Amino acid sequence: MIALLAEVPYWGQSLLRVLGGLVAVLLPAGTIVYVFLFKMMSFMQSRLGPMEAGPYGSMQLFAEVGKWLQKEDIVPDRADARIFKMAPIIVLVSTFLLVVVVPFGPEAWFTDFETGVFYALAVSSISVLGILIAGWSSANKYSLLGGLRAAGQLIAYELPMVLAVMGVVIQAGTMNLQKIVVAQNTGSMFGIDAIGHPYVISQFFGFIIFMIAIQAELTQAPFDMPIAESELVSGYMTEYSGFRFLIFFIGEFATAGVFAMIASVLFLGGWGVPFTWFGWTSVDDVANWMNIVGPLIMFTKMMLLVFVIMWIRFSYPRLREDQLQRFAWKGLIPVALVNIMVTAILKVVF
Amino acid sequence: MIAQNIGFLIIAIVMIVAALRVVTTNNVVHAALWLVVVLAGAAAQYILLAAEFVAVTQVLVYIGAVMVLFLFGTMLTRARIGAESDLNNSYKKLGIPVGLVMLVAMGLALTDSFGDEKLPESAKVVSTQEVSDQIFGPYLLPFWALSFVLLAAVVGAIVLARKD
Repeated sequence: MIALLAEVPYWGQSLLRVLGGLVAVLLPAGTIVYVFLFKMMSFMQSRLGPMEAGPYGSMQLFAEVGKWLQKEDIVPDRADARIFKMAPIIVLVSTFLLVVVVPFGPEAWFTDFETGVFYALAVSSISVLGILIAGWSSANKYSLLGGLRAAGQLIAYELPMVLAVMGVVIQAGTMNLQKIVVAQNTGSMFGIDAIGHPYVISQFFGFIIFMIAIQAELTQAPFDMPIAESELVSGYMTEYSGFRFLIFFIGEFATAGVFAMIASVLFLGGWGVPFTWFGWTSVDDVANWMNIVGPLIMFTKMMLLVFVIMWIRFSYPRLREDQLQRFAWKGLIPVALVNIMVTAILKVVF
Repeated sequence: MIAQNIGFLIIAIVMIVAALRVVTTNNVVHAALWLVVVLAGAAAQYILLAAEFVAVTQVLVYIGAVMVLFLFGTMLTRARIGAESDLNNSYKKLGIPVGLVMLVAMGLALTDSFGDEKLPESAKVVSTQEVSDQIFGPYLLPFWALSFVLLAAVVGAIVLARKD
């Protein structure tokens, strides 16, 4: 793999990386929308969901995208047109920036960023800007309220997310996502090598806090106050239609996919299998075929985590705005701080 | 001219234009968004200097937190759509000379202390681990002092904001 890539000139490698990034963002987004939003939600509500377009309705998504692309690009009369048009793109760009640090295999990564975790948390906060200005520039009170709610919520839940990740970073001793994967797959639990050391077991509280926080960061129910349709029409997306709505829509589910990938890297061992299964001792030993199998393992874990996110989304009613804020500041953040302290103490003791 | 210089030049020009727009635009939210461009440019310059930890911190703190809170605050209170006439005030004439003096002072300080000195070809890239070793090693006491100052500021802000 790496020998193959070495013969490609730099611009060719960059082009391949860009194409890989597009696949890594858009393929999960499409799969999530079809499998969970179309089919799983329908089954949970005792109906079939889309059945006409393609076998078992699998081409429905292409029909939807075609429909959205044909619609007129409407900008409200009093809106701030330039910013109105820019806002969805900022949201989508932050998703693309996010996928850059996710490792998919021993050599299948976009960048080997030393401060990967920190970077991921930083760029994920850029999407707040897009949502905030989308709400403001629409010249609509519902949009503005939705945008402000979104900003308040995303800031509140970014903190427990950062604090939950801190436990993993302390345990792995690195912020590089690739090295966190290796640390989990070369480690052992209770003297047993067979399962490696997935941090979901030793960082269980961190994992739960992280999953709750990304549920809120993705504004999925029960944390969907920013777009609460019975109160705010559709929140910051009220005035958007056609392909600009499509960009918000792709952004929402692509971000769900990328956050699930990051969660699987941090807590479930990412692309790897426990290295002792095949007698590898370090990341340099890992066989080349892991560059093909690794992304598939990663994809499976991502689908599993998104399944949980969607399951909760379709099952629970919306929280109230004050409950949401109280839950973050008085519930999650103290627990996350205690988790960091306990992890640090145990790290020093053992 | 090496690639880094060209990169620096492009980013610097974008930053200068954006910085000028921050003070000349007629809309509060537009000014804030131009400021985001300036801050992002600073982060890009840090990356160019191989200081990735500082760059990421810049994005997290300034773009992700400070600017979002800034926009949040202005939108809650007074951000109207369209141009506002009362945004520029009469201190403009005072501001320009002060800005120029600052530019000259900083430029003199930089050229005076470094001059034509060049970085060694194989400049060592400082890793994040070394940064943290320095902070939690020899610079622990200043770091604690700074933390206490920040804590005091936070407590003070809460005391001021609470009515009861």
